Amino acid sequence: MIAYEDILTWIRTFAETVAAERTYLTELDSAIGDADHGINMDRGMHAVVGKLDGIATPDIGSCLKTAGSTLVSTVGGASGPLYGMFFMGMGGTAVGKETLTLQEFATAFAAGIGGVERIGKAQPGDKTMLEALLPARDALQAAAEQAVAVGPALQLAATAAEAGMLETVPLVARKGRASYLGERSAGHQDPGATSSFYLVRSAATAWSGL
Amino acid sequence: MKKLINAPEDVVDEALAGMAAAHADLIRVEAPNIVVRRNAPRPGKVGIISGGGSGHEPMHGGFVGMGMLDAACPGAVFTSPVPDQMLAATKAVDGGAGVLHIVKNYTGDIMNFEMAAEMARAEGIDVSAIVIADDVAVKDSLWTAGRRGVGGTVLAEKIVGAAAEAGADLATVTALCQKVQDNVRSMGMALTSCTVPQAGKPTFEIGDDEMEIGVGIHGEPGRTRMKLASADEITDMLATPILDDLPFERGDKVLAFVNGMGGTPLIELYIVYNALKKILDGRGVVIARNLVGDYITSLDMAGFSITLLRLDDEFTRLWDAPVHTPGLRWGV
Repeated sequence: MIAYEDILTWIRTFAETVAAERTYLTELDSAIGDADHGINMDRGMHAVVGKLDGIATPDIGSCLKTAGSTLVSTVGGASGPLYGMFFMGMGGTAVGKETLTLQEFATAFAAGIGGVERIGKAQPGDKTMLEALLPARDALQAAAEQAVAVGPALQLAATAAEAGMLETVPLVARKGRASYLGERSAGHQDPGATSSFYLVRSAATAWSGL
Repeated sequence: MKKLINAPEDVVDEALAGMAAAHADLIRVEAPNIVVRRNAPRPGKVGIISGGGSGHEPMHGGFVGMGMLDAACPGAVFTSPVPDQMLAATKAVDGGAGVLHIVKNYTGDIMNFEMAAEMARAEGIDVSAIVIADDVAVKDSLWTAGRRGVGGTVLAEKIVGAAAEAGADLATVTALCQKVQDNVRSMGMALTSCTVPQAGKPTFEIGDDEMEIGVGIHGEPGRTRMKLASADEITDMLATPILDDLPFERGDKVLAFVNGMGGTPLIELYIVYNALKKILDGRGVVIARNLVGDYITSLDMAGFSITLLRLDDEFTRLWDAPVHTPGLRWGV
């Protein structure tokens, strides 16, 4: 069972990871983008953590929606709407809930990805954050169906996300600023897929005991 | 990194405060970081707003004022602004006749402007949007994010702003903006990289004897990296793809816009303009209007871009109309 406090721990762990990897994410982005991914995500997650402290009621849905709308309002670029829609999409399935089963979390995670797909209009293989998120979604769903415990399930999802992230290296980007490079975008790891891997790994780290 | 800044995270806020202080007769700066024409909203006038990442000054904030933009939304450096800014700007300039969003074709800009337009419509404001995508260096295909919005944006803001100033309605200025997009093409190059203040080091590495042809306004790599050539040769490398793309034909009248990327001396821009004039003369393309200088920059990047707009009488008349903004001023 994933409790409200666990969701907070996940978000805080993700914020800490983004802060720690801020320079690395920005370096990845300067190779094929515009050198701001780490800076922008760090600004956004810093704002999200600030907002979490002010939430009075332990409602997972409204907490995730607040995280999403804060990212939309503070990040800018493509990452703001994309991560914003991810958290808002997740939150929409968890309104009024103080705890989530692994299946409920997997469903929320999939709904978040649906939000990313709607606003980003990317396809698998376009060299985007979906490359990390989609395998994680599938691994989570499979784990939920096999009644795996939460901690190990997130570990499986993180492993899948990491593999997906690494698979972005040879891909040619078809979305976002990296697509301007055409063939020259191959040979570089996608920064969005990297931050998305951190998102999943943060849950695995935060919930290793669940 | 050597820059005239206090702290990287304060760059945009302090620059906006400086702009507001320097041009208080033309603009005001309001939360959440929007530049608004001093006397906006004006009843019955269509509001024209644009926005994008900071670092391209004077675009867009420097083009707020009489005869051009009613508001601009500056994001963080090279990062699109957030929907809250475009929503606030839209509300601040809506005089009841609707608001046009001029959006440069970048994934983030499109997403954030779309979210803002939806929110504004939900509040009962008539909003239309036109995307400028004029950079011929980018292949326009299903497999890319499409052409980038670059120099053509400056010309669109001037022409559309003049029409709105003269009382044109939202449908008319929207169609006019699309007509600018349909008749404008650009391409740029870089001699050096730019340095984003918060990144602290150059966005890309480039050798002392190298140049990047087809570069974007955020230091995005372009078509090719090659050895440095003469100004005449480089101008031809940019002008030819532009001319062939639309295509511009013998007898066409054009506005020729030679734009500095922020770190290029004006003396070099005039050398480029001289080269461009010879190329256009050779093709029988007539320069009826021109603009030379730093108008859509890429921080401290050395390099330039060429933009050609095919002129008709309507465009020429609107280009010549009075404008009074921090960055562009004539006829007043």
